[in-house]
Amino acid sequence: MGPPDPILGVTEAFKRDTNSKKMNLGVGAYRDDNGKPFVLSCVRKAEAMIASKKMDKEYLPIAGLADFTRASAELALGENSEAFKSGRYVTVQGISGTGSLRIGANFLQRFFKSSRDVYIPKPSWGNHTPIFRDAGLQLQAYRYYDPKTCSLDFSGAMDDISKIPEKSIILLHACAHNPTGVDPRQEQWKELAAMVKKRNLLVYFDMAYQGFASGDINRDAWAVRYFIEQGINVVLSQSYAKNMGLYGERAGAFTVICSDAEEAKRVESQLKILIRPMYSNPPLNGARIASIILNTPDLRKEWLVEVKGMADRIISMRNQLVSNLKKEGSSHNWQHITDQIGMFCFTGLKPEQVERLIKEFSIYMTKDGRISVAGVTSGNVGYLAHAIHQVTK
Amino acid sequence: APLWGPSAAPRAPPVCPGVEGTALSLVAAYRTDEGQPWVLPVVKKVEQMIANDNSLNHEYLPILGLPEFRANASRIALGDDSPAIKENRIGSVQSLGGTGALRIGAEFLRRWYNGNNNTATPVYVSAPSWENHNSVFMDAGFKDIRTYHYWDAAKRGLDLQGLLGDMEKAPEFSIFILHACAHNPTGTDPTPDQWKQIAAVMKRRFLFPFFDSAYQGFASGSLDKDAWAVRYFVSEGFELFCAQSFSKNFGLYNERVGNLTVVGKDADNVQRVLSQMEKIVRTTWSNPPSQGARIVATTLSSPQLFAEWYDNVKTMADRVLLMRSELRSRLESLGTPGTWNHITEQIGMFSFTGLNPKQVEYMIKEKHIYLMASGRINMCGLTTKNLDYVAKSIHEAVTKIQ
Repeated sequence: MGPPDPILGVTEAFKRDTNSKKMNLGVGAYRDDNGKPFVLSCVRKAEAMIASKKMDKEYLPIAGLADFTRASAELALGENSEAFKSGRYVTVQGISGTGSLRIGANFLQRFFKSSRDVYIPKPSWGNHTPIFRDAGLQLQAYRYYDPKTCSLDFSGAMDDISKIPEKSIILLHACAHNPTGVDPRQEQWKELAAMVKKRNLLVYFDMAYQGFASGDINRDAWAVRYFIEQGINVVLSQSYAKNMGLYGERAGAFTVICSDAEEAKRVESQLKILIRPMYSNPPLNGARIASIILNTPDLRKEWLVEVKGMADRIISMRNQLVSNLKKEGSSHNWQHITDQIGMFCFTGLKPEQVERLIKEFSIYMTKDGRISVAGVTSGNVGYLAHAIHQVTK
Repeated sequence: APLWGPSAAPRAPPVCPGVEGTALSLVAAYRTDEGQPWVLPVVKKVEQMIANDNSLNHEYLPILGLPEFRANASRIALGDDSPAIKENRIGSVQSLGGTGALRIGAEFLRRWYNGNNNTATPVYVSAPSWENHNSVFMDAGFKDIRTYHYWDAAKRGLDLQGLLGDMEKAPEFSIFILHACAHNPTGTDPTPDQWKQIAAVMKRRFLFPFFDSAYQGFASGSLDKDAWAVRYFVSEGFELFCAQSFSKNFGLYNERVGNLTVVGKDADNVQRVLSQMEKIVRTTWSNPPSQGARIVATTLSSPQLFAEWYDNVKTMADRVLLMRSELRSRLESLGTPGTWNHITEQIGMFSFTGLNPKQVEYMIKEKHIYLMASGRINMCGLTTKNLDYVAKSIHEAVTKIQ
């Protein structure tokens, strides 16, 4: 019998709890300040536009909706990107972030013969390991999170990366690292880029939170764009689950930066050969919504405002949590809560403390002490601070 | 490229009164008598309902999919009165189309069937079959993919003896991919009696039935008739997988709506199987897309909408059946050499005409009628406007080219 999925299993336990004060700080889905799922207004508008047209339901091409994949590449790389303008890239539609990661993993397993090893940060999203493993690759780790400071172990990371065998694959979180919320600063990204270049590593960026992290899509994509400008031909997976709230519609993309447009064509042909025996061709609905938003100027403007709104609410909750902890009289240093960015926060809570939060306060999170800040509201942040103080004092 | 308008899938050249440029090698999608794609009226209705329902959001579905979709989809395949459902020994995995269902099933079998990670278990695919079957099982890790006899070109029918012979010789526990109905590409299905013989051999030799059901309802117009083989195997006590697609019978091609139905020995085993399939799904697509599943679930769980859907399905099936009988009668009236009863005896979207590669080339080059080199035509490409032209062209090809 397979064990319950650690992340999604939290939600299941939460659902069974009858405590009226219960909080679900498990799964990474945004909630508004009333704790409700949030359907973006630009999404509703795009859907209304779709409903008013008489579109057929014919199969998409294997590589997906062309307007979507082109707009995804432009969003990630930037419209002024030389790589984008020259066409030396291929972007295929994927089944949100997971599906895009998996396509890339399968592609590397089949064609990147220099190495079977993928180096992921310690810790990383729980699903990274099984994805790469099921694709036939091996997992290694590099130091990343420093539990003593609840921030980036930069010297540890640089030290480990300097020792990675040449031509291995390294996975980097483009922004809003999951699960820690700890991102490198720009100067640190520059050093990381120089190091991976020195080690001649194949860089795989996972960008699931563009726009959602800082509220600024260009700022959140800075690392990806910098690496490409440094001549590093990265591969990249993107998700629209969080930044457009399209979770269940499974909109995502996988991109390979190539030496030239000819190589891009060859890569595309091989990606299609990988995709066809997985699910033939991708689902249209989410990609079409995203494409309309990205390609319609008014909707794109509205989207940028709404994604900033989500990012701002999360930042505000971080601030309120820290100030409430101070009010509770906690003597611990909680600065990491506001230093960290994005959906998740590595609180630094230990498993026993997490256990108590679940059992005594009906506050649900994953065992590693990760909370989804999106699940915090102005209505429950006080209760959360109180509970955390109780288990840590 | 325009934002609106049809997807980028290849479109048949327009059929004009001169009837040039007729495409009978279309991607497997239904076409109306005007040669156009058809969004089912019930689908349009349900989509509008969904669009108007402000209580709906875009949250993640569970890993295994939308519960109402899963239950209804499996019920459609197995029948309302299925003993397996009553005995609570069925499971369902919402998948990305029929392909996705096949892939999840294949990945599971490679890991857990016939030992652990036994990549040497032979997988048998019909000769011929949908070409993606091979790739699905190969990419799932199986190393020994074989063919079983199926199409008898000389008699233009099922090579039952060859098929049964292969099953007798297959190693025990081999996996056999069976087309539940409307065999792709031949359109040739075993009769109920032949299915009984197939089942008997498979039972005796412990062979695993993996059904591919992409055309339920679309083939004959009857859901029950098109699911007869699957249900017979269930009644014979088999454990089996059935990969279902709702692309054709709901016309939901690009929404990727599929379902893997699992029939096991008992509830406990099925739970274990599903828990392992969850792990496979989690690293493939995490959770499936919601739009198409909502449409199907809403339709199947409302008696009125279900009846409307049934009617829409029958419309499609009847048009194809009409084109078959009209084509055959024209060929027989023209006195086209050979026998043409296979055109109406075959079922579903495709027909193996029996035209040889040279005749096919003639059709394409001289008559601008596009079909596969195998002689396979997509019956959906036929319309009342082009029937005469196509029949005459086949007649010419057969009489001029040998």
